[in-house]
Amino acid sequence: MPSVGEIGFATLPEQIHRKSVKKGFDFTMMVVGESGLGKSTLINSLFLADLYKDRKIPNVEEKLDRTVTIEKKTMEIEEKGVKLKLTIVDTPGFGEAVNCENNWKVIESYLTEQFNQFFKDESGLNRKNIVDNRVHCCLYFIPPWGHGLRPLDIEFMKHLHQKVNVVPVIAKADTLNANEIRRLKDKVLRELKENEVHVYQLPDCDSDEDEEFKQQDHELKQSIPFAVIGSTQVVEVNGRRVRGRIYPWGIVEVENPIHSDFLKLRTFLVSTHMQDLKDVTRDVHYENYRAQYLTKISQQASRERGKLKRDSKPCEESVEETDLLLQQKEEEIRRMQDMLNQMHQKLKAAGRDSSENGTDSDNRKDRESVDL
Amino acid sequence: MEAEVNNRVFFPTHLEEALRETFLEADTQGRGYVESKNIVNVVRKVLGIFLTHTEKAKVIAKAEYLATKGLLSVEDFFTIMADTLVETTHWGNLKTEIAGYVGIDTLQEQIRKKVLKRGFEFNIMVVGRSGLGKSTLINTLFKANVSLRSCSKSEEKVEIAKTTHVKSVSHVIEEKGVRLRLTVTDTPGFGDQINNDKCWLPVLDYINEQYENYLSEEQSVSRKKHIPDTRIHCCLYFIAPTGHSLSPLDIEFMRRLDRCVNIVPVIAKADTLTVEERTDFKQREMLPFAVVGSNQQYPVNGRTVYGRRTQWGLVEVENKGHCEFSDLRDMLIRTHMQDLVEVTRSVHYENFRHERLASRRGRTQINGQVIDMDSMNESSL
Repeated sequence: MPSVGEIGFATLPEQIHRKSVKKGFDFTMMVVGESGLGKSTLINSLFLADLYKDRKIPNVEEKLDRTVTIEKKTMEIEEKGVKLKLTIVDTPGFGEAVNCENNWKVIESYLTEQFNQFFKDESGLNRKNIVDNRVHCCLYFIPPWGHGLRPLDIEFMKHLHQKVNVVPVIAKADTLNANEIRRLKDKVLRELKENEVHVYQLPDCDSDEDEEFKQQDHELKQSIPFAVIGSTQVVEVNGRRVRGRIYPWGIVEVENPIHSDFLKLRTFLVSTHMQDLKDVTRDVHYENYRAQYLTKISQQASRERGKLKRDSKPCEESVEETDLLLQQKEEEIRRMQDMLNQMHQKLKAAGRDSSENGTDSDNRKDRESVDL
Repeated sequence: MEAEVNNRVFFPTHLEEALRETFLEADTQGRGYVESKNIVNVVRKVLGIFLTHTEKAKVIAKAEYLATKGLLSVEDFFTIMADTLVETTHWGNLKTEIAGYVGIDTLQEQIRKKVLKRGFEFNIMVVGRSGLGKSTLINTLFKANVSLRSCSKSEEKVEIAKTTHVKSVSHVIEEKGVRLRLTVTDTPGFGDQINNDKCWLPVLDYINEQYENYLSEEQSVSRKKHIPDTRIHCCLYFIAPTGHSLSPLDIEFMRRLDRCVNIVPVIAKADTLTVEERTDFKQREMLPFAVVGSNQQYPVNGRTVYGRRTQWGLVEVENKGHCEFSDLRDMLIRTHMQDLVEVTRSVHYENFRHERLASRRGRTQINGQVIDMDSMNESSL
């Protein structure tokens, strides 16, 4: 209860919290990378789930004519009363073929389609139950057996860094020792900079955060790109049961921070930056899309209207689309105006009623001038 | 069928007697003929040794050619044996006995000395995407910095090539008096582009070019006593250790090149795979040699070994429990090096030569006249 002198809105965060917990959260993540880089194992390890149970790995004959496809898997997980609807968008076939020239296009058109769908829903009449399929994060898997980024990696990221939050990770990091990982990370960061690729940047900490949080944040930033390992096998190490991989020369523990950045990735993705990823998707990528899209159609529309009749047939579709939108907007405006008018009438009527009970003509005059 | 005068070989009497005797034994019905389908058994009996598949096939082919109504006479049998014996030194029971020490066994030593003097040649090619440890593995195999990268100037090493290049570097290494001229051919840029269509063509062209050079040297009028052999004897193809399956590029490459060069597939950077994953991958794809390479040495139990140190242990390259590097090395160098050279010469090169000459046949001209090379022999010149 607010004490004397307080208004009491300090409870707003709790109110929001209660409502969101009731509603539940959702998160859509895309994974991109060649077959065999441990994407499925990593997802299963991150969310302690079995999304890829009974999976059949295609043999090479099946792969020969494969193109990139998009596969969505959704699951709902709950922890301490908080529900998360997690959607994983997989991209089998990426980087497989001998000729991978258009692999990024399929993915780009998927992302654009989700933006487009959301845009239409947002502009629609009933906005209560919009389903948000926009991709909040794209984990891009870099093979550890290379000398940095390959042309395919650079091309993909350059085309998609403005449409989705790209988070590069170095896959199967147990191939490399600590020196090699550091060298590879530095090389990747350098190449990203040289090619002007803007991967997702962690926002700076506010100065009023506590030291521990700042330290954690700093460590996270230093480790990008994360070098990860995944495993769904539980092994025994020094009496503890942990997830790991057994080699003849030692056991790799997935959740051991010395062995890989898996824990850091999980902290980043789930504990600290999930909301920020969604915010950036909404406020930056989606807004960019929306601005470009609206500009494009209004340009087309004005071009169409400016054209002389003897030109070839104008593109009916875009004119229709623009006109439709304009119509919709105009209708809404008209409706709102109607509502306003109604309200004014009611007020006027109410005013007249009260004036019959004896109010001065001055008030009436004032009100009349207002009505104008 | 009359025997050609040129090819008549005379056998010692005891041999003819042995042949006749065995033939008569096989001719159970005393007709003076043996059925052609039983001839392999007769040959085997007279020699007392097992025939190889190809030898059997040749005998059967000859028998069918000579047989009248499926039956062979003694003369036919003699012809078949003559042909067979001329083509081999495995005469089994038909060997002539010598009564004492002659000294033929010193041939071994004589050849050895000659070959040692000349030295050996081995040409190995490494193919695979960038970063799979090709250079390191070659260096580990020969315990020296023999790879292209170790030998190039540092500026050349940095960027990814835009197309597949084929570059070779030669070294001479020596061990206990045996000299080997080792040529390592690298293929930087293979499989690294976004569009890798036909990235194997430069490799194929290089291999055929070496065959072509050898062929023209062989056919030239005043040719060298020892033609330098630049033909690729072994192509190590590096497969990424995904644990899933071969990639389409792997299949395309191997499909197109397995007819012209010895391909040895290896699973690179095998320390990514646990033992079960490695077994699975190999069973599915039937590949040998999951390898790990390293230039660095570490002390283990008092010995110094080549290995890779990681946060959770030391991968020992030559430890058979860790990876199959030792097996690869043993096969490549200690047991089958000469065999790889032989197969290159007698199978791949011969195929190449056959195709080349067959396509040239109609077009050979001497003194303005078109001559058919096949029907030419000394007597008609």
